[in-house]
Amino acid sequence: MIKLENVNKWYGDYHALVDINEEVTQGEVVVVCGPSGSGKSTLIRTLNRLEPIQKGRILLDGQDIYGPGVDVNALRSRIGFVFQQFNLFPHLTALENCTLAPTRIRKLPPQEARDLAMALLNRVGLAHKASAYPSQLSGGQQQRVAIARALAMSPPVMLFDEPTSALDPEMVGEVLQAMKGLARDGMTMVVVTHEMGFARDVCDRVLFMDQGSVLERTTPERFFTRPEHPRAQKFLADVLSPWQGTPDASA
Amino acid sequence: MWEIIQTYWLYYLIGQYPEGPLGGLALTLVLAALALLLAFPVGILLALCRLSHYRSLRWPVTAVVYVVRGTPLLMVVFWAYFLLPSLTGQMTDQFNTMLAALVIFDGAYLSEIIRAGIQAIPKGQTESARSLGFNYLQAMRLVILPQALRNMLPSLVNQFVSTIKETSLGYIISLNEVSFVATQINTQLLTRPAEVYLLLGLTYFVLCFGLSRVAFWLERRLAAGVAHQ
Repeated sequence: MIKLENVNKWYGDYHALVDINEEVTQGEVVVVCGPSGSGKSTLIRTLNRLEPIQKGRILLDGQDIYGPGVDVNALRSRIGFVFQQFNLFPHLTALENCTLAPTRIRKLPPQEARDLAMALLNRVGLAHKASAYPSQLSGGQQQRVAIARALAMSPPVMLFDEPTSALDPEMVGEVLQAMKGLARDGMTMVVVTHEMGFARDVCDRVLFMDQGSVLERTTPERFFTRPEHPRAQKFLADVLSPWQGTPDASA
Repeated sequence: MWEIIQTYWLYYLIGQYPEGPLGGLALTLVLAALALLLAFPVGILLALCRLSHYRSLRWPVTAVVYVVRGTPLLMVVFWAYFLLPSLTGQMTDQFNTMLAALVIFDGAYLSEIIRAGIQAIPKGQTESARSLGFNYLQAMRLVILPQALRNMLPSLVNQFVSTIKETSLGYIISLNEVSFVATQINTQLLTRPAEVYLLLGLTYFVLCFGLSRVAFWLERRLAAGVAHQ
């Protein structure tokens, strides 16, 4: 479904993504993890052209998304994207956030868009907040609305860029529940996250990144029980029991 | 003052209309309203050019904005008065000359307010709109500008109030707007400039104060819908 071939990206002299070759198949849930600055957010942002790449190809259903003559807007409407900072539209209600794109881009009649949006808000447990503005919602609720908003375009793929990193700890669960529900319904998902519990329970495959390269690609069972790469081992030790590690002299 | 009003009220309000061209307060209102209506979209357009990735749009517009900002309005009025006829090949009347000057001048000022307003909206708003599949103009129109304009409202009203007052410079090219008419009345009366110009001052004050109040009411109404984060 998504195929990356020899993807490279530079910020000036800085080599942000190094020779990435990956494939995500239909219905697969892939978690991308790694230390901060490892390129995982950059990677997921290249998948819907929020960041340009300098070398290589990214194919969505066989179509090169950086190819000449590609309608980037049509492309993006087929890829749901959920941001770390939610980025809901603050001047619109939760419901209007979810109906804006369907009415304007998919040209759904207002009533149909409304029904769809209500169904999706209901799915993330927020039908009762339909007329609330983003500022009246908690972080977890905002992120769930953001998921519903992305789903309203009926994308075959959903990308999540650290969807729970900006949340207070007690709100992480409700967002992960919503994502888990999506995964169960067969959605193809790529998730950048530090939530190792989600990775262990929900995903089909883990990619571990550091310094712009994918160092390990494996099943969650193997990743959590027998990580191969030394940096993956250190990362897991730091993330799973942060109070036990010793301060890294090189950091 | 009362007898001045009694004698000249019609002349003050509409000039020599219908025997002659429309003038007085009515002309000032028409000029100000048209200038606002035209300068606003021009300001948005200039702001979008200033923010454009394309140098061919950004550089000339930036130059124009800097030149206009570095020039008194009176100079722009003179330019319009002497330049427009030689450019178009036909005599432009005073009203359209003044209107052109105001639209250029206020368009440039408004564009800087609008540019600042657009840049103050977090980048994530554009990104999330684009990620849903909106093109650049849709993202601007549906997501960025509605938020930006709301934040800009106080500065915009400032500029709009300025525009009303700037119409008085039409006097210099003999446009018979309300200041010109007041001066005519003063010339006929000769001895009572204090009262005539007090009346003129009051007229501008009522207009500008009224607009400020309407804007304030609008601002509160908009704020009622969305508590800011």
